[in-house]
Amino acid sequence: MMTSFLFRAMDARAGIFLGLMAAVIVLVPAGNLLVPETSPFHVPTYAVTLMGKYLTYALLALAVDLVWGYCGILSLGHAAFFALGGYAMGMYLMRQIGTRGVYGDPILPDFMVFLNWQELPWYWYGFDMFWFAALMVLLVPGVLAFVFGWFAFRSRVTGVYLSIITQALTYALLLAFFRNDMGFGGNNGLTDFKDILGFDIQADTTRAGLFAASGLALVVCFLICRSITRSKLGKVLVAVRDAESRTRFLGYRVEHYKLFVWTLSAMMAGIAGALYVPQVGIINPGEFAPANSIEVVIWVAVGGRGTLVGAVLGAVLVNFAKTWFTAALPDIWLFALGGLFVVVTLFLPKGIVGTVSSGWTALRQRRISAAYEAGSDEPPSAPPQSPGAPANVPRTSKTPGTAEPQPAE
Amino acid sequence: MSLIRSFLLLIGLLACLAAPALAQSDPDTLRPLINELAKGKYKETEAQIGALVATGDPAVAPALEALGEGDLFFRKSDGLVFITEKAGKGYALTDPLTLEAAGEAGRREVKKIKVNNKLRRVIRSALGSLTLMAPDPQVRMSAAQAIFKAQDPDGIEALDVALAAETDDGVRKVMEEARAAAVLNSDLPEADKLDAVQTLSDMGNRDALSLLIGVQAGAQGALRDAATGAIAKIEKSIAAWDAAQNIWYGLSLGSVLLLAAIGLAITFGVMGVINMAHGEMVMIGAYTTFVVQELIRTSAPSLFEYSLFIALPLAFLASGLIGVAIERGVIRWLYGRPLETLLATWGISLVLQQAVRSIFGPTNREVGNPDWMSGAFELGQMTITYNRMWIIVFAMLVFAGLMLVLKKTPFGLYTRAVTQNRRMAASMGIRTPWIDALTFGLGSGIAGIAGVALSQIDNVSPNLGQGYIIDSFMVVVFGGVGNLWGTLVGAMTLGVVNKFLEPYAGAVLGKIFVLVFIILFIQKRPRGLFALKGRAVEA
Repeated sequence: MMTSFLFRAMDARAGIFLGLMAAVIVLVPAGNLLVPETSPFHVPTYAVTLMGKYLTYALLALAVDLVWGYCGILSLGHAAFFALGGYAMGMYLMRQIGTRGVYGDPILPDFMVFLNWQELPWYWYGFDMFWFAALMVLLVPGVLAFVFGWFAFRSRVTGVYLSIITQALTYALLLAFFRNDMGFGGNNGLTDFKDILGFDIQADTTRAGLFAASGLALVVCFLICRSITRSKLGKVLVAVRDAESRTRFLGYRVEHYKLFVWTLSAMMAGIAGALYVPQVGIINPGEFAPANSIEVVIWVAVGGRGTLVGAVLGAVLVNFAKTWFTAALPDIWLFALGGLFVVVTLFLPKGIVGTVSSGWTALRQRRISAAYEAGSDEPPSAPPQSPGAPANVPRTSKTPGTAEPQPAE
Repeated sequence: MSLIRSFLLLIGLLACLAAPALAQSDPDTLRPLINELAKGKYKETEAQIGALVATGDPAVAPALEALGEGDLFFRKSDGLVFITEKAGKGYALTDPLTLEAAGEAGRREVKKIKVNNKLRRVIRSALGSLTLMAPDPQVRMSAAQAIFKAQDPDGIEALDVALAAETDDGVRKVMEEARAAAVLNSDLPEADKLDAVQTLSDMGNRDALSLLIGVQAGAQGALRDAATGAIAKIEKSIAAWDAAQNIWYGLSLGSVLLLAAIGLAITFGVMGVINMAHGEMVMIGAYTTFVVQELIRTSAPSLFEYSLFIALPLAFLASGLIGVAIERGVIRWLYGRPLETLLATWGISLVLQQAVRSIFGPTNREVGNPDWMSGAFELGQMTITYNRMWIIVFAMLVFAGLMLVLKKTPFGLYTRAVTQNRRMAASMGIRTPWIDALTFGLGSGIAGIAGVALSQIDNVSPNLGQGYIIDSFMVVVFGGVGNLWGTLVGAMTLGVVNKFLEPYAGAVLGKIFVLVFIILFIQKRPRGLFALKGRAVEA
């Protein structure tokens, strides 16, 4: 049973991805810790942290791709789950500071002493234990997503309406976390972390460890997503994406399927946030900004919606471009990002991975046809439709004008 | 006390300036009376002050004021009286009636007219009654208000005299209130004070409330009961006015939301297109206003009062043209894929923001208010600022105009036809692509003129649009698409609810409540308040 589950998760593309990830997880920390600094192969610590950050973004993109690419739920609020996971981890890290804070209070974090709080609010209890914090990283986004999804999917809120209320959700959380009274550090958020699980958070070894953990989390979540999307469950999800009403008429409880992937995706986003915080060293309400959530969607769109590898690739590529642009040409970055949104939606609706793979399929098909005409016995088969590719994207991208506007109903 | 005195002096001065026009002041008859002040002892001076007051001429106020301050001197050589000010070793002289400079005098050439405490008191009440009797109602009103604030029992007599002569109802009311305030602070019998409490209770504003709270703390028996009753009554009326003020603020916020959302409602309703760049259209409208005002400042400053009217059509054109360009260039390739449209327009919004930031700089730009947009007036106990009021009026006009366009013009007919049944409309010969482009241009243009209005109350910066986009979406999904009335009701409801939550929950928490409310509301009515009815099942 388990073997077949894993076996389904494997194919050539996944194999290449997993091989690459294994290499990255081993080589980057090794390049940082084992190779001497003078060597050209040495990976500086800042690069390890930076790449670690990309990996957590990739995990977030994977989570968005699972709901958007496979189930058609465009979430403009996934950064909320990411940030909630981040806050859960940040609370653990704050409790670890102990007496080393500016005010030296053994229990209260600095900002609470500063605001004259006398005792720890109840929701901060338990965060001095890592297992509890780790549980909350999964539970808080999971429960929020479950409750939100329960209501939204049951009353059949779909399409842009759903997108907008997810945006309202993250906006409401943004406003809430900005308040000092909430007890999450207000505007400044949580920062000045000292150590995690007893290791110094600034040390090279810890950073390398966090990098490896991010990589492993990405691989594990990738395998989970992969096995889901290639199972029968995944087929139903795609059916929901492409024709929700029809799927419902066939007898499937659409809202249950949606709720399941939605909650799972939120938990993955939470894990990504929890790994993100110790690497960048701060979590503040800015992470809830609706713009962040929309940016995640564009990572997925660039890489290829409905292809798990594409989400990871898109996140890494766009963020690498962002790092490079904001350093070299800071004024140009928003132009580039905005242009990317437009160009990708207009000309690359399947994203990089989707376009390349359908191009590859078409090429192979043509070769077989040519060989058949030349006298081969093998008849050409119909081009296999990738289960991942969104069906509502017009396949003939040369005449996109034929699509008609549909009034909002 | 000296503050009030200088205030009275000011009123006296004002009255003096007004005096020649009123042809009441006659320096020739007054001057001998003033010069008489220099003669005799305190008793004679007091009689003389009485004589001056009896003239009822406010022109004598500066002289009396100076007398009270000890600045009134007479010249030994000719007995003339002057208001003096120390200048070097001697004194600078000022004529007490015309208030013109009258040369200088050595220290020995002039002598101070002496006053004692009794005289000072006489002067103070004399000044009060002088200004209370002034010919200009505005001056009388200010004098009465000053007595109200000071609760000066010495003013009672003067007020009684003034009340007897008062003809203006508005001034009389203020005087009665001032008298009541003064009575409460005096040693008069309780019956008078009970009347005074009644007067204040009718007044019913916060000033009266704070006075009465003071009375309540310091009194016993019937007076205390009367004060308690009056306080309860006033608090009730203040609560009612506060509610009215909240509704007003709510309507004002609602009309801002309406302006921002109405264009969005059109494009969303007709094309099912979520235009994330809508906020940037608002921003472009605001920057158009800025550019127009800059041009006017440099080339034709006299037109500044009309700058908003000039900016309106230009903003409509600028945003509308950009809207049409976006529709033709990007959105029409993405019809049928609303979620992708959302992403593409978000990208466009980033580009537009950065473009504006590159051209105009990242900081706030100043857009001036014309005179008719600034200032405020009082309505009962509400303060109504002109800019808020005009924005409500403007939002209503835009709404009505848009309704007219949609209901009464051929373009509106086509638009409604396309909204209801695109294919049928196309079969009837309506060029749906053109309607799409024009509708998008119309929605964007409306956003542009909303930007002109919002430039008057908000900071004009590249982030202007970002602040409105989420709120506009909330309004549209709350009100329902394809129906402008829904947008109107949605905007006003959200505005008023927001303002009513603010006092209890704070601005931020109030907003969070509203967002959560909308999220829950969508569950109940997934298509908004005023959804188009139909049997269609999507996809």
